[in-house]
Amino acid sequence: MRGPEVIRMLPDSRRLHLHDGPIDLIVEASGPKTYVVAAYVAAARRFVSILDELCSELPLLRAQVRKNSRRPRGAIAQRMFAAVEPYAEQCFITPMAAVAGAVAETVLELMTATAPLDRAYVNDGGDIAVHLAPGQRYRIGMVERPECPSLFGALELSADEGARGIATSGWRGRSFSLGIADAVTVLAETAAIADAAATVIANAVNLVDHPAITRVPACEISPDSDLGDLLVTRDVATLSGSEIATALEAGVRVAEALRERGLIHSAALYLQGHTRITASACESICLDVSKRSLLDA
Amino acid sequence: MTDVFPPDTVRCDACPVLCYIKRGHAGACDRYANIEGQLVRVDPHILLDRAKSLGTPLVPFLEREGDWDGKIMKGQDTFVTAIGAGTTYPDYKPAPFIVSSEVEGVDMVTVVTEGIFSYCGVKLKIDTDRHLGPERNLVRAQGEPVGHVTTAEYGSQMLSLGGVHHLTGGTKSEGRVTCETLLDLCNGKEVELTIDEGAGVRVAAGKPPVVNGQREERMRVGCGSATIGMFAKQWFGKVDDVVVVDDHITGVLSEHQAGKLLGVRETGIAIQGRRSTPGRYFQVAEPGTGWGGTNVSDPLAILKPFKTKFAWPHLRLLMVSTTGEQYAYYELDEELRPVEKELPEALKESVARIRENCEPALTTVLFMGGAGGSLRAGVTENPVRLTESVKRKLTRVTCGGAPAYTWPGGGITFMVDVGRMPENAFGYVPTPALVAPIEFTLKKEDYAVLGGHVDYVRPLAAVLEEKERRRQLASLPQNPWPLKPYAGGGES
Repeated sequence: MRGPEVIRMLPDSRRLHLHDGPIDLIVEASGPKTYVVAAYVAAARRFVSILDELCSELPLLRAQVRKNSRRPRGAIAQRMFAAVEPYAEQCFITPMAAVAGAVAETVLELMTATAPLDRAYVNDGGDIAVHLAPGQRYRIGMVERPECPSLFGALELSADEGARGIATSGWRGRSFSLGIADAVTVLAETAAIADAAATVIANAVNLVDHPAITRVPACEISPDSDLGDLLVTRDVATLSGSEIATALEAGVRVAEALRERGLIHSAALYLQGHTRITASACESICLDVSKRSLLDA
Repeated sequence: MTDVFPPDTVRCDACPVLCYIKRGHAGACDRYANIEGQLVRVDPHILLDRAKSLGTPLVPFLEREGDWDGKIMKGQDTFVTAIGAGTTYPDYKPAPFIVSSEVEGVDMVTVVTEGIFSYCGVKLKIDTDRHLGPERNLVRAQGEPVGHVTTAEYGSQMLSLGGVHHLTGGTKSEGRVTCETLLDLCNGKEVELTIDEGAGVRVAAGKPPVVNGQREERMRVGCGSATIGMFAKQWFGKVDDVVVVDDHITGVLSEHQAGKLLGVRETGIAIQGRRSTPGRYFQVAEPGTGWGGTNVSDPLAILKPFKTKFAWPHLRLLMVSTTGEQYAYYELDEELRPVEKELPEALKESVARIRENCEPALTTVLFMGGAGGSLRAGVTENPVRLTESVKRKLTRVTCGGAPAYTWPGGGITFMVDVGRMPENAFGYVPTPALVAPIEFTLKKEDYAVLGGHVDYVRPLAAVLEEKERRRQLASLPQNPWPLKPYAGGGES
C-alpha cells in the first residue's frame, strides 16, 4: 500500500519539503517571491512522478555498470548512469550510487528553468544540488555523524567556481559503504557526479582485514541491496593514529586521482576525528568552525 | 528476483521500491521495518509539545544548539503520543511506553501503545445536499465494497466505511482495498468512492467533497422552507414570488407562513410534488446532483402552469437553490408563461446572502475502533478494570493526543476526529488491519488500583532521553491538553 507523498512548506515558510517513499528533499530558493513560488510549484509537479519513474527500471539501476552495460531510459536514470560510468572499469558500482544526487539536480534544473532565481538548492538527504546566480554564494556546514549534528568543517561555494553539486558518503549514512570513513564530502560539477564520487572515495577509505572493523554481506541486511553479497561496514572500533592515517591516505589517493581526471573539485575525508582535504588552491574549505551553525544547507 | 529469502522476510509495499526487509531491519526509507515478522511503521515517535503550541504546526525535532532548552524534559508540557510507539506481542507484555509525569501536583501515568485494529472503520460526513445514493447501498473503492450509505443528516450525507466484515469477512482483495481506503482517509489523503446506483465522490478529511466531478463549495443554510423564512423580509416588495428548490422541502414564498405574515399576494404558482403544509413541498423531483439536491437542471421542470385565476402578466419570480449556487429570474408573459430574464440588481444581494450564509462544505472523518482485550492487557493485568476506569472517567483516552469520544456500553469503543490528530498518525499491518495510536492517561494511584504494570512505569524525562527516532510536534490549539488532570468528561 502506497503511503501518501508529502508536499509541504516547512514551518519556517521558506523551505519546501518533498517526501515520497525513500526520497526526502528539502528545497529552498531565493529571489522575488513570484519566482520562488513558480519554482516550488515546478519542483513539486516534477517530484510526484520521480519515484515511479525510477522504480520502473529499478533492477537495471541496481545492476553493476560494466563497459558495455545497457543504458537506462529514464532521464534521471541516465544521469545516474552517466555519473557512475567513469568508474565502470575501476570498481564495482551501480547507478544507485548516484541516485540522490541525480534526483536533486533534476529537480533543481527544472526550478531554474522555470524562473530566474538568485540562488537555490535541493538537498536530497545530504546530497545537494546548488544554483548560484552571478555574485551569489552559499556557506555549507559539514557533518560527520548525521545523528548528532556537529560541524567538522564548513565550505563556501561561490558563483564563480564551477562546483554545483555536494555529496556526502560514509558507513554511518543511510546507504551502505564498503569503506570505514565516517564521512566523505565531495564538491563536483553536478550533484550526481559528486554523489558517485563520494561513494567511491568513501569506499576507498579502508583498512584490509582489520579486526576492529565489522563487515557483513549487504544482502544479509537488505535482501535486495544493489551491493549483493559484498561486505559492507557495520561497525568500526577505535583505531590507532597510524591506522587512521593509513586509511585516510588510501582515500586521498583515490580522491586526488579523481580530481586529476576532472571528476571532482575537492573532497573532505573524515575518520574518527581526523580530516584530510583534497582541494585546489582556489577553493576554501575551512575546518576551524568550532561554534558556527549550519547557515544554509 | 529469484533469490529465496528467509520465511520472516517481509516485502514492504509502502512505496514502489517494494523492499524486501529482513527481521529486525528497516527498508530503504527507514520508515518501515520488519519487527517480529510484521511490517511496522517506525516513523519517529511523536511527542506533543505544549510549550510551542502557539507557533508552527510541525517542528521536526533535531537536537541541535538552540532547539533544546532542557526544560521541557522536566515539565508537564510534553505529552508522549502513541504515534510510532509500536505495539507489543504477545499481549501480556506491558505497553511499549508507560510514562509517569507530575502535572499540577498530581502524579499522572500515560500508557502509550499503538493498537492493531482489525475491528475498526470510519464514519464520513460529507457536506452536500446532492443525492449520493440510496441508503444501505454499497460504497466501493477500486470496485471493491468497502462500506455503505447510512443516512442523510442536516446538509450532509453519512457513509460508514470499513468494519470487520469488509476488512476480514470478504475476499482478500476486499480486505486489502478496505484497509487502504481507511488508512488513506485517516491520514488525510483523498480517496475516490463510488456508490451503487449513486454518485462518484472524491473525499479527503477536512477538504471539500467532489461529487461527480463537481467540487462542493457550500453547505446549505437551511432547507428550502427555512430559507424562505429567513429571507422573506429581504424579498418582500422586490419580487412577487420566490421558490427555494430543495430535494427535501421546497419552499414557496407566497404560500409560506412567512409570506402570508408579510402580506405577500397569492400568485397562482403551482408546484410539482406533495404539499406538506402551506408553502412546503416534498418530492418536487427525483433526488440527484442538480438544483438543491434534486435531479433538476431546469427549475421550471418543477412548476405546473400558473393558475390563471391568480397570476398576472409581468409577475416576477425568483427561483433559487438552498445554497444560492443556482438561481434564475423569470417574468410571466401575456400567456402567463415564465420567461427568463437577467436577475435584477435588487435581488442579487439576497442570493449572495444565501450563499454567504452557507458554511464551507467539508468532508469530515471520524475513526472508530474498539480497544480489544489484548490491547487493554498491555495496560493492565486485568483488562476489564481498564474498561471500568474509562467508564468512570478516571482514565482519559486520547488518540495521538487528540480527544476521543468513548461510547457508552461495553468495551472501549471510541471515535476520534482524524483532523485533530498529527498528520500520518495511522499505519497498517497486512493482516489487514489499521494501526492507530492510543493513550490512556490516569492518576498514578488509580493505575496501581486497576492492576497496572506499575513496575514498567518510566518517568517522562527517561523517555525523552531516548534520542533516537523521536519527533516533536506542537500540540493543536483546539485540543484540550491530554495530561491535564480532570474531574470528568470523556470528550472535553
